Amino acid sequence: MRNALRAYRVVLASRARSQASHRASFRMDLVGALLVGLIEFTEIWVLYTASDQIGGFTLTQIMLVFGLSDLAFSLADLVAGHCDNLPRYVRAGTLDVFFLRPQAVLAQLVTSDLSLRRIGRCLVGATALTVALVLNDIDWGIGTIGLLALALACGFVIFTAQFVTAAGLQFFLVNGAEMTNAFVYGGRYAATQSATVWPRGLLVVFGAIFPVAFAAYLPVVTLLGTPGVAGLPAWLGWCAPVAACWAVVVAAVCWRWGLRHYRGAGG
Amino acid sequence: MNVIETDGLTRVFTGRPERKNRMRRARHVAVDHLDLTVREGEAVGYIGANGAGKSTTIKMLVGILVPTSGTVTTAGLHPLKQRRALARRIGVVFGQRSQLWWDLPVRESFSILSAIHSLTADDERARTAELVEMLEMGEFLATPVRQLSLGQRMRAEVAAALLHRPELVILDEPTIGLDVLSKQRLREFLVAQRREHGTTLLLTTHDMGDVERLCDRILVVDHGRLAFDGTLDGLARTVGARRELVVDLATPHGDLVDLHGAEHVRSESDGLRQRLAFDPQRTTAARVLAAVSERAEVLDLSIAEPDIEDVVREIYRATRG
Repeated sequence: MRNALRAYRVVLASRARSQASHRASFRMDLVGALLVGLIEFTEIWVLYTASDQIGGFTLTQIMLVFGLSDLAFSLADLVAGHCDNLPRYVRAGTLDVFFLRPQAVLAQLVTSDLSLRRIGRCLVGATALTVALVLNDIDWGIGTIGLLALALACGFVIFTAQFVTAAGLQFFLVNGAEMTNAFVYGGRYAATQSATVWPRGLLVVFGAIFPVAFAAYLPVVTLLGTPGVAGLPAWLGWCAPVAACWAVVVAAVCWRWGLRHYRGAGG
Repeated sequence: MNVIETDGLTRVFTGRPERKNRMRRARHVAVDHLDLTVREGEAVGYIGANGAGKSTTIKMLVGILVPTSGTVTTAGLHPLKQRRALARRIGVVFGQRSQLWWDLPVRESFSILSAIHSLTADDERARTAELVEMLEMGEFLATPVRQLSLGQRMRAEVAAALLHRPELVILDEPTIGLDVLSKQRLREFLVAQRREHGTTLLLTTHDMGDVERLCDRILVVDHGRLAFDGTLDGLARTVGARRELVVDLATPHGDLVDLHGAEHVRSESDGLRQRLAFDPQRTTAARVLAAVSERAEVLDLSIAEPDIEDVVREIYRATRG
């Protein structure tokens, strides 16, 4: 076990070193990622200049949703975002090389890269979350902290699972990145919004199938006691682990299915 | 013991459904009821035309592809169910795909692979030093892989595949694109590895030189079926694989017929350039050259290997009748 972990650690360390060796481009990437995050927050802020409340949420309240989901997504992106590269690996034959090593293929894919520049995105999410926690009127206690930690952890798992699900589907749709991006990045965007503004179709997609609503929106409704989607109980925010488990199951099925397809079709 | 054993190994690729008739799909039989056995310590050349099913066979042997039917056992393991255990016991080089980290120095790729194969620090040091010396990699050990020449990269690829002392080494086109010197170096290394470690070798190639210098058994595959299984001598007897000595003479000369052990093929430029075929099993290029030199002054010479495509074509013709 220790040996197995050492192998992954050595790979990741080498990835980190190779990025640190291109300092200028690393700094630019970092700043770029930071700017993208800022622009996304500005977008929400602009919406709220037109109206004090959208979907029952004020700007400071939605900032909490944004901060929580953005941080969870950025962390997942840091760990598993390069699963997007799968079609490139398939075309270049790198994936065949993964089969020749005594490690799980998915573990090799996940550790094949570590984009430190994505830390820039994490900073935006973390800042928004911190500011929102200060500005909102929160009844602090063990329960509140527990709920926040749970939401963050489950959000991370859900988004990571989304990346793996997308990778699994890429085996079938070698040029289907557009389609999978729609729910991975669309899901990320949806997760920063109040679910009350979603049309019913989106509610089903992002509430149940790709359960990003559990990453931030539902826990925040529970936390702040704001009116949520009609008919949904306030304690639903505590069910994030259930959603996370579901996302992991979907990811595992898609990945195995994709891998079997690859071995069946020969890439 | 058999290191590779296949029984009725078959692989069919199905294409997309046809436009007109959704129930019909294009079928392509890449490997067709192939029965192979490779014994421990053998060096086997696996040759055939492009698309004959060589790479598909290899992918099934190592667990990348699932057979449509039939069974395959590699190093006593099931390549699909025991892929990870198998990966520790075999080394594979795909000439066209790299297993090195292109942005890292060669040395670092070796240390990552050592960690992947759980070599101890001492073992890693000793084995890396051995490979670096034998493959003469010292000068480019600190160079990032992306800056290596093709010959250097292939040596590094082979070293990477052999780092964990695999009992079976599979090489898919290991010498493709290499210059004569690099080829020679690589072949000598592989011969030495076999001698020292008893490594079993399976290689696909388009280079007759690889087959002649490395393999003691040859398998020719045609449309996914085994068309020939035997020794190089047997192959030469079947198809008459001869080499050609091309000599450029100082002055025009009549056709050099009746040379001992060589046959005149044709003359060019009024006999200034002459082509002589000889059987490498019976004589040597040096002897033929000596015989030519007795009659005329030789300015320049070259030796043409029999084209593996020609050999394969001959085999195909013989087996298809």
